[in-house]
Amino acid sequence: MNAVIEEHDNHHGPDKGILRWVFTTNHKDIGTLYLWFSFLMFFIGGICALGIRAELFQPGLQIVQPELFNQLTTMHGLIMVFGAVMPAFVGLANWLVPMMIGAPDMALPRMNNYSFWILPFAFGMLLSTFLMEGGAPNYGWTFYAPLSTEYAPPSVTFFIFAVHLMGISSIMGSINVIVTILNMRAPGMTLMQMPLFVWTWLITAYLLIAVMPVLAGVVTMMLMDIHFGTAFFNAGGGGDPVLFQHVFWFFGHPEVYIMILPAFGVVSAIIPTFARKKLFGYDSMVYATASIAFLSFIVWAHHMFTVGIPLAGELYFMYATMVIAVPTGVKVFNWVATMWQGSMTFETPMLFAVAFVILFTIGGFSGLMLAIVPADFQYHDTYFVVAHFHYVLVPGSIFSIMAAVYYWLPKWTGNMYDETLGKTHFWLSFIGINVTFFPQHFIGLAGMPRRIPDYALQFADWNMVSSCGAFLFGFSQLLFLFIILKCIRGGERATERVWEGAKGLEWTIPSPAPYHTFSKPPTNMAEAHG
Amino acid sequence: MADMENDGLKTRGLGKLVGVVVGMFVFGFLLVPLYDIVCEVTGFNGKTSGAYQTSSQIDVDDSRFVTVQFLTNRNADMPWEFRPKVRSMKVKPGQINETEFFVRNKTGSTMVGKAIPSVTPFKAADYLHKTECFCFESQELRNGEELDMPLRFIVDRDIPSDVGRLTLSYTLYDITENTQVAFR
Amino acid sequence: MNILKRPKQIWLLPAFLFSHVASADWFALNLRKGVTEISREVYDLHMLIFYICCAIGVVVFGAMILSMVIHRKSLGVKAASFHESTKLEIAWTVIPIVILLGMAVPATSTLREMYEPGEPELDVEVRGYQWKWQYTYLNEDPSKEIQFMSALLTPQDEIQNRAGKGEYYLLDVDNPLVVPINKRIRFLITSNDVIHSFWVPDFAVKKDAIPGFVHESWAVIEKPGIYRGQCAELCGKDHGFMPVVVHAMEQEDFDAWVITKQEEAAKVFEIVGKSWSMDELLEKGEEVYARNCAACHQVNGQGIPPAFPSLVGLGIPVGPIEAHIDILLYGRAGTAMQAFGQQLNAAEIASVVTYTRNAWGNNMKDSVQPKDINTMMASQ
Repeated sequence: MNAVIEEHDNHHGPDKGILRWVFTTNHKDIGTLYLWFSFLMFFIGGICALGIRAELFQPGLQIVQPELFNQLTTMHGLIMVFGAVMPAFVGLANWLVPMMIGAPDMALPRMNNYSFWILPFAFGMLLSTFLMEGGAPNYGWTFYAPLSTEYAPPSVTFFIFAVHLMGISSIMGSINVIVTILNMRAPGMTLMQMPLFVWTWLITAYLLIAVMPVLAGVVTMMLMDIHFGTAFFNAGGGGDPVLFQHVFWFFGHPEVYIMILPAFGVVSAIIPTFARKKLFGYDSMVYATASIAFLSFIVWAHHMFTVGIPLAGELYFMYATMVIAVPTGVKVFNWVATMWQGSMTFETPMLFAVAFVILFTIGGFSGLMLAIVPADFQYHDTYFVVAHFHYVLVPGSIFSIMAAVYYWLPKWTGNMYDETLGKTHFWLSFIGINVTFFPQHFIGLAGMPRRIPDYALQFADWNMVSSCGAFLFGFSQLLFLFIILKCIRGGERATERVWEGAKGLEWTIPSPAPYHTFSKPPTNMAEAHG
Repeated sequence: MADMENDGLKTRGLGKLVGVVVGMFVFGFLLVPLYDIVCEVTGFNGKTSGAYQTSSQIDVDDSRFVTVQFLTNRNADMPWEFRPKVRSMKVKPGQINETEFFVRNKTGSTMVGKAIPSVTPFKAADYLHKTECFCFESQELRNGEELDMPLRFIVDRDIPSDVGRLTLSYTLYDITENTQVAFR
Repeated sequence: MNILKRPKQIWLLPAFLFSHVASADWFALNLRKGVTEISREVYDLHMLIFYICCAIGVVVFGAMILSMVIHRKSLGVKAASFHESTKLEIAWTVIPIVILLGMAVPATSTLREMYEPGEPELDVEVRGYQWKWQYTYLNEDPSKEIQFMSALLTPQDEIQNRAGKGEYYLLDVDNPLVVPINKRIRFLITSNDVIHSFWVPDFAVKKDAIPGFVHESWAVIEKPGIYRGQCAELCGKDHGFMPVVVHAMEQEDFDAWVITKQEEAAKVFEIVGKSWSMDELLEKGEEVYARNCAACHQVNGQGIPPAFPSLVGLGIPVGPIEAHIDILLYGRAGTAMQAFGQQLNAAEIASVVTYTRNAWGNNMKDSVQPKDINTMMASQ
């Protein structure tokens, strides 16, 4: 991002050339690296997704054979979760958290550099498995044993090592976020004055350091089962394949919230700005976030209702899961109340944020349906589940990331993006996403299992519609890339405040944000949160 | 950098966070024994407990019968012949019962097998006590060797009255390779 | 219809694009009611929750859309300044809790019914294999036990688009599970290798098949018919190609079927005992190959190396016949090659060995008789 380099007013600016990015410890540089890396992964994961949708365009096998299909579904999931969504949020945290709390940088800048540069190696290793004998991981992103142990292709060892690296990177990143937020807030900023994005990230970071080590543990057990003759997941040696699922989902369910809590923070920043009205119920938003995080630790087995759990267990996990609807509902109601009697305008970030609230809520409804155990016996592992989690992840997490990029891009680059193109991008994405995933509710209820490369004829029509939507959504993202590049290269100069209703410390510094900000802590805490 | 001097302040709490990370990694492994305990207590996944110590006095409930059904399976490529001597038994709760399972190594080499028990319905798993079972240890059979393996069990008197039938399944695993690893 | 002359019909164009799909089904939108009491209860529960969600959606989205329409800056609206209300917060915490309780009650009662133990009138062991099902009808007398494999019937030609797709494309098997209606059937579900999931939507039965453990589920089917489902847990390459087909019939038809099956089993003894000609072996072998081997080694024997080796001109089929029989009977550990000794009878093993040694230019000219296979299995 050239605009950043050209900035003045610093005691010293960035190094020149490629080495700047290799050795940088500047939170803005690292944020930029994370965001571009995540964008690249979004395209790679997207290519996998389009491969899947192309094969599913019609019944019969046309483009990919089943082995490759399974590799594509697995890699699509892994790349989107660990490569696209998580790094994008870490990138946003790097850029925004110090500016929002009035800190000069992250607390551990050197570690920040390491935690980013681990990622290209981790994903290089993961992607290289496509070229290996036996192919890439083909056991689903949930890699249930024994399919991922005794029956896995040899590349599983590389997969395990890649997951370890991603875990280390995430853990370092989240430790950094926590110590930054706890120790580096501008004097006078209390916890309850922090912007909601900072709050949600603080809670997310705690979730990360609590569950990433568990993921590391479960892949270590796999490694030992495969290479060192242990039998954690093999009944023959006294283990149990179901144990794998319990440990995995103990990580996996909080992981789901890791991907959505920062999105709540982003939306809670954008809606008040464009409604020109303070966020409704700040305190309850914080408590709701914390309760969702807590609940995420005690509901993991709702992913495995069909493995055969005693009645009491099924009932407990059903009730606990249903309870999550309460704090989530509070959040949605608060956003609606924020909009109510506001003075709204609908620039691109607001469009994405409003779409987020609506579509995420639809994902929440299907989530509630999935919590009902007897009905889940019918929904489990069908396209209904696929529709559900894509509704919370794509128009949920991904839309919030896009909203955030449009919202803060003028601050990052100093230029306004092209509003017409931005709105076009929004509408193409919005239509694409709904055409892709809404019909998947139907084919799931009609009985199509997930992760199959070919399907019976009664599912054909809606699959074709879904594939069309996927291609529309996928190719619209090239427009997103174009808009960002165009904005970096120039455009209408952005003001300090950028948006009329924007509140927060990041809007008190010049646009583009200077290479070093808040070397002297800010004093006006009234600005801190809307 | 000028702010080097407050580095200590900036990184306050770092040690604790690293501690949490290490702790959670260990916790991941602790889930393994924890899971086994939960399974044993709740009969989760149909797991049964180890050898049951009988009290000297046997108190048989003459008022009812429970059908115990035996199921045998061989996992993956286990080539042994393996079957129960009887398919099912009608037993009185509290009574000690005995039956046998037949196993034969049909291959040309010495192999080690181990049978893994599983009981369904889960809520019955807790009430099936095995005083003697071939599943407590592994079996090594030379080529063509065969064996009648004993099972002695008691169905607990406290078994819920709505459970009229329970199924005890054994899956025979080939653990020859693992055993060799252990020997080395 | 001439589109050019009637431009109003142009909106039908997408329908033409999709119309080549033979059994187009735009109306397959919802769960099936199914044919058991439980499945109907599940359906009702599903609809209840769905309607509740719709009602909440109407209220929330209605308020939101109304607000977006009337509270616009472009209409000259000034933003209000309220930003908290404890009363409201309490209201939208308590009301959802009440609604959730309303959902939990029927959900709990249906789930309790599903877990209700009862005396089964028929016990069927369901065992998942990569990638087929094995059904065993448990019987006190082991010699009367019926056991068979149930694999996909759809030919590779249809899957690879070399032939038109049949009505039950991917949902048809060679040997369906046959059961009587109005009897409590207990499924004892387990697996031979990886985790599978036994699913028949019409019974609302879905239970994971886990290697080493047995799980149970049950159904009382009310209507005769053929009910189709699929494996629901990713189990490797052909996860999408292992349907479950259940043929439910009246008790007397079922009894007749049982007798036929038992007679068939007796006939296998005869078949195995007789002497087979080379042509008979090749013919039978091709059929066995298509059903059991072609998914991995392909119809032309070329396989998909390295996971599924080619059988043409190299390796096992052109090596010593003893090793060839051995790998079929016992599989090869650590690879996808399963032990077929438990799945195929001696005649099938003998014929498929003979076939692969003499097909696609593998000109070994040798063969093996079913009875020799039996002798081999017994002597070892």
